[in-house]
Amino acid sequence: MRIGKMLTAAALLLGASVTPAVADSSPSASPSGDSAAPTSAGTSFRTATEIEQGQQATASASTGDYLYWSFPADAGQRPTVKATVKLPSTSRSGAQSWQLDVYDGLRRRQACQYGTQTRTAAQGASSVDLACTLRTVRAWSEPWADDPLPGTYYVRLTAVGLGAADLGLPVNTELRVDSKEIGGSAAVDGSLAQPLVPGIATTSQEETSSESDAAVLSSLKPDDGWTSGWWSDRWVWTAIGGILAALAGIGGYALTRGSGRPSRVPQGY
Amino acid sequence: MITRKRLATGVCTLLAALAAGMAVPAGAVADETTAQDAPKVDLVLDVSGSMRARDIDGGSRMAAAKQAFNEVLDATPEEVQLGIRTLGANYPGNDQKTGCKDTAQLYPVGPLDRTEAKTAVATLQPTGWTPIGPALLKAADDLDGGNGSRRIVLISDGEDTCAPLDPCEVAREIAAKGIGLTIDTLGLVPNAKLSKQLSCIAEATGGTYTSVQHKEQLSDKVNQLVDRTADKVVTPVAVDGTGQCTSAPTLKSGLYTDREEFGQHRFYRVDVAPGQELRASVSVSDDRQVNPDYGVTLRAITVHGREIVRGEATGSGRTDVMSTGLRYPKAKSDEEDAPAETVCLQVANSFSPAAGVKTTPGFPLELTVDVVDGPDQAGDVASFGLGRGWWLLGALVLTGFLAGVLWGWISRWRFAVWRTN
Repeated sequence: MRIGKMLTAAALLLGASVTPAVADSSPSASPSGDSAAPTSAGTSFRTATEIEQGQQATASASTGDYLYWSFPADAGQRPTVKATVKLPSTSRSGAQSWQLDVYDGLRRRQACQYGTQTRTAAQGASSVDLACTLRTVRAWSEPWADDPLPGTYYVRLTAVGLGAADLGLPVNTELRVDSKEIGGSAAVDGSLAQPLVPGIATTSQEETSSESDAAVLSSLKPDDGWTSGWWSDRWVWTAIGGILAALAGIGGYALTRGSGRPSRVPQGY
Repeated sequence: MITRKRLATGVCTLLAALAAGMAVPAGAVADETTAQDAPKVDLVLDVSGSMRARDIDGGSRMAAAKQAFNEVLDATPEEVQLGIRTLGANYPGNDQKTGCKDTAQLYPVGPLDRTEAKTAVATLQPTGWTPIGPALLKAADDLDGGNGSRRIVLISDGEDTCAPLDPCEVAREIAAKGIGLTIDTLGLVPNAKLSKQLSCIAEATGGTYTSVQHKEQLSDKVNQLVDRTADKVVTPVAVDGTGQCTSAPTLKSGLYTDREEFGQHRFYRVDVAPGQELRASVSVSDDRQVNPDYGVTLRAITVHGREIVRGEATGSGRTDVMSTGLRYPKAKSDEEDAPAETVCLQVANSFSPAAGVKTTPGFPLELTVDVVDGPDQAGDVASFGLGRGWWLLGALVLTGFLAGVLWGWISRWRFAVWRTN
């Protein structure tokens, strides 16, 4: 009976402490309103337009342009990039294929778990929707793996299949990056000494010589800085596990002793 | 005429410089010390006879171009040095040889005097041939010097009439000569052939191509391009990779550019001290027609030829660049003054040229090298080896319970033993 109560209490305690972790996994849709959303896109890795997660970036461009954006992603996040291309209303000579590619800070192409990366718009279509959900960003991985790591990510949006007559026509594009916090299930051991931000070796040198105005390859940071990587909800789980084990130990001990003092203890003890 | 104009511009430049020197606060001057020169733009305008056609919003192409230029000149950012070059503006005759040399500097690249530039533009009359190739060569000369970003904006309404010089190849050679030079092209009411030629010129230099049907489109796009030039970007440093590791140049952290031909290997060396991490990424731009399937490999190898790690990328279809990267954390050493290891970076590509494509100059190659403090070895799969999930809780509860029962039994047994004694 007592054990049953104890277990209920433990379950309640556990439920209370795990709930915040579950709440974490809702999409982080808070747009950071500190700066206006960019209205142009870069044309190469070097000139990629920097956007923050949750910002709706727009760009007017021409069919055939290669459009580049970059955004920061931190450990434990699973970013989803969504792009919409609004095609010109003037008649096109045929179907067009558009493609969305995501590259990491080392300019390695990153695979998409879900989402349509390439889509073909029929001749009369007015827009194309593309999406790419990356794998969860890990705090550390072996150098031989190409797991997504914390740092800068590049997005490239372009038409991959089109006729020569359709080159250069005006298009409007929209791009947005949101990410889901995956939490402790993706918390791996180890961390990078520096996030995978291109040019970080030269940037950190320049900071000491107080030349902050020079052009840098990437100046992106998540809103609340890069995580140090030691916290995860694994601490909570493990601590609760320890408490429960201790309680279960007391329970098991009590079970063998019966209730209270032995009944046949002689007087005087 | 031209000398007088130059003199006037010179005076204006001087005055503008003086004014700027007085008006600009100290903070902005500090910008200039960061070793990057002012960005330069050369607008190259086609003033050939076909610009008379009245098919842009009811007006002539020339009128649309003039209006767009006026708007662009008004909106040009202060720091941008802007010049204007014409092609086909002066020779109305039928001799191809003379017609194909007809390109002139209408306004020299330098600090902008808006009134003067506008007056110069107003005098233009559609006249002659369309020598795109020679005009691009001259425009590249106009932009010569300085290490800021440089851009040529070519506005044309007809394809090049000066064969055999292919403007596309000219563009590629211009890009190969200098660093950070981009050619953006705009076609006025283009046909498919012009679109193809202009987009070929643009892609050869990493620029963009736009087809213009309306007046506002023209000024919007040119404005956008001029503004883009003013954006601060890192200028890569030219480096000459070699065919072997032993003779390769040693690189430090930074951004580099080089050229690599079809099937060629490029080697670079980087020193990595124990406890540091090497990060390298390479991008090879395919600036010409290539066969549909291709790839790029970046390998980090020891001086003895052992491969440490590699990055690979393959692709298919239309692309501007193929890129890959690698990471090599060198473990900390127990010794006090362990020497830095020389790592060779080998860049290889498997592009193959489409029929009839020139193989020189090589592809533009961009290499980013970062040597950062690292590495951090992971001792476990999970963060700090901690556990998570219901199975963990179950296992811990069960173990705890069993331990409690066992302890209870032992103490009962001890109690019984103690009582009997």
